[in-house]
Amino acid sequence: MKIAVCIKRVPDMDLRFAIGAGGKALDSAGLKFDIADFDGYAVEAGLRLVEAHGSGEVVVVTVGPAAAQETLRKALGMGADRAIQLSADEVPFDGRAVATALATELKDGGYDLVLFGRMATDSANQTVGPMTAHLMGVPCVTAISKLDIAGGRGTAERQLEGASETVEFPLPAVVTIDEGLGRPRLPSLKGIMAAKKKPLEVKPAQLGAASLTVDSIALPPDRPPGRIIGEGADAVPELIRLLQTEAKVL
Amino acid sequence: MANMFAFAESRGGSLRKVALEAVSAARQATDATGGGEVHALLIGAPGIGAKAAALGRAGADLVIVVEHAGLARYSPEVFAATAADRLRSGGYRGAFFAASAEGRDLAPRVAVALGVSMASDLTGFAFEGDALVGKHPTHIGKIITTVRLTGSPALLTLRPGAVLVTDADRTARVEQGAPALDPAAARVVVTSVGGTGDAQLDLADAPVVVSGGRGLREAANFKLVEELAAAFGNAAVGATRAVTDDGWRDPSTQIGQTGRIVSPDLYVAVGISGAIQHLAGMRTSKTIVAINKDKDAPIFKLADYGIVGDLFEIVPRLTEEVRKARAGH
Repeated sequence: MKIAVCIKRVPDMDLRFAIGAGGKALDSAGLKFDIADFDGYAVEAGLRLVEAHGSGEVVVVTVGPAAAQETLRKALGMGADRAIQLSADEVPFDGRAVATALATELKDGGYDLVLFGRMATDSANQTVGPMTAHLMGVPCVTAISKLDIAGGRGTAERQLEGASETVEFPLPAVVTIDEGLGRPRLPSLKGIMAAKKKPLEVKPAQLGAASLTVDSIALPPDRPPGRIIGEGADAVPELIRLLQTEAKVL
Repeated sequence: MANMFAFAESRGGSLRKVALEAVSAARQATDATGGGEVHALLIGAPGIGAKAAALGRAGADLVIVVEHAGLARYSPEVFAATAADRLRSGGYRGAFFAASAEGRDLAPRVAVALGVSMASDLTGFAFEGDALVGKHPTHIGKIITTVRLTGSPALLTLRPGAVLVTDADRTARVEQGAPALDPAAARVVVTSVGGTGDAQLDLADAPVVVSGGRGLREAANFKLVEELAAAFGNAAVGATRAVTDDGWRDPSTQIGQTGRIVSPDLYVAVGISGAIQHLAGMRTSKTIVAINKDKDAPIFKLADYGIVGDLFEIVPRLTEEVRKARAGH
């Protein structure tokens, strides 16, 4: 089984963000980067599927600058077999521009499955997976939390609001991963050493035209600072009063 | 003057609230750009057309009803082909979908089929000249990105709750449509939909969300959270990732960066310390109440009203007082 996993290098979301001088990007001072949350789950899913199948290959692919090679190496350290960097100075915000580059690379690659995280935690568009699928001409299932592959077909489960649905589809296909197949494994020391010797191919990204762009970014308005109104059950009547008269939600 | 398109999401033969929001948003956009018509697309099993009137009240001038026995459940390829077909022929300026599980799956398929880009998960929008300008919470809600989308139609998904449902008191015309792809020919097929309780209010729709965390100590104690939610009468129950990972609650109820993002009028956090991953899913709630034994818990930095103490004493008392307050209405 041949699986591609498309991953993205994103800022560590636990850090405090500041706005950069141009007003269109984060201030890069102090930022740390890592693989996007759901993309880690996608790498884990790819590795588990190949392990369960007994043979195959996991190829990790990213669109991004040279610094994104660090993210590819991390996935190689987890156990992926080889990596492809589609080189671009910046990752366009427009999901279709990125999907065009990925589909161009993956279309004739003979992949049984192309996996994505359900969305990148930075741009949060959730569009690249299904758009890549369409451009490749293969079926797509998004945001799955369970996945079984057997006999050239897939069965997946998706979480809806207050429900879940079971989806069946033929391979080859694009599948985007929510949680559910298992927490991403940490690269072992041995894995990290092996990753340094695994092939990492660099090619120019054939990006599509971008018609979705960023005008500006801002920090969200501050909430008023938190307020502790009391201790223990005796504070409940005061809470009820505030909910009724101040917040007007009761 | 421009016509707008809205996708009316339904499940199990009923409209979802986000359907009315998409239509209301399209109505606002139409009125703000000098008038025109709102056309809503409603797809489902035979009988779904009965829901057209509600879409009219939310602001639709025309409802395109596509009924087919093979479309009782969401069918991504058929829905996408049918929406794309209509958008291709209609000369629409904008196309509104919900940023729901279904809308987020559907809209990118439609956009790429039309050869256009799209904007996601907008909390606000305006058409300016030949562009759509929108507000999009990114970076787990820690950044608000103002995006600009050019090209026509401008496809977008709207964050649930971002738009108030309007009562336009309109009577929509109804047009019968047909699926643009035979449902039997679809490659991707939804074979079943399992609910987690029909009577429950969905997290996205509920004006009040009561969530529980590890502070509850064990799964059985979640009944305290459920009883509090029941006392409000209009509340849904959420949970933290720690709790859903441990199997105390269904994963679909997880609120946070890797789960659901909610923005209710009132969010009550019970026994939740306030990890960044959780705050990402609820920080835009209008009013936040926190009950936790640790006065230094990060949730108290965000909570409008915090009570420090033993939740096993505080929550039952709160449930009782909320019940009384509601009874007094």
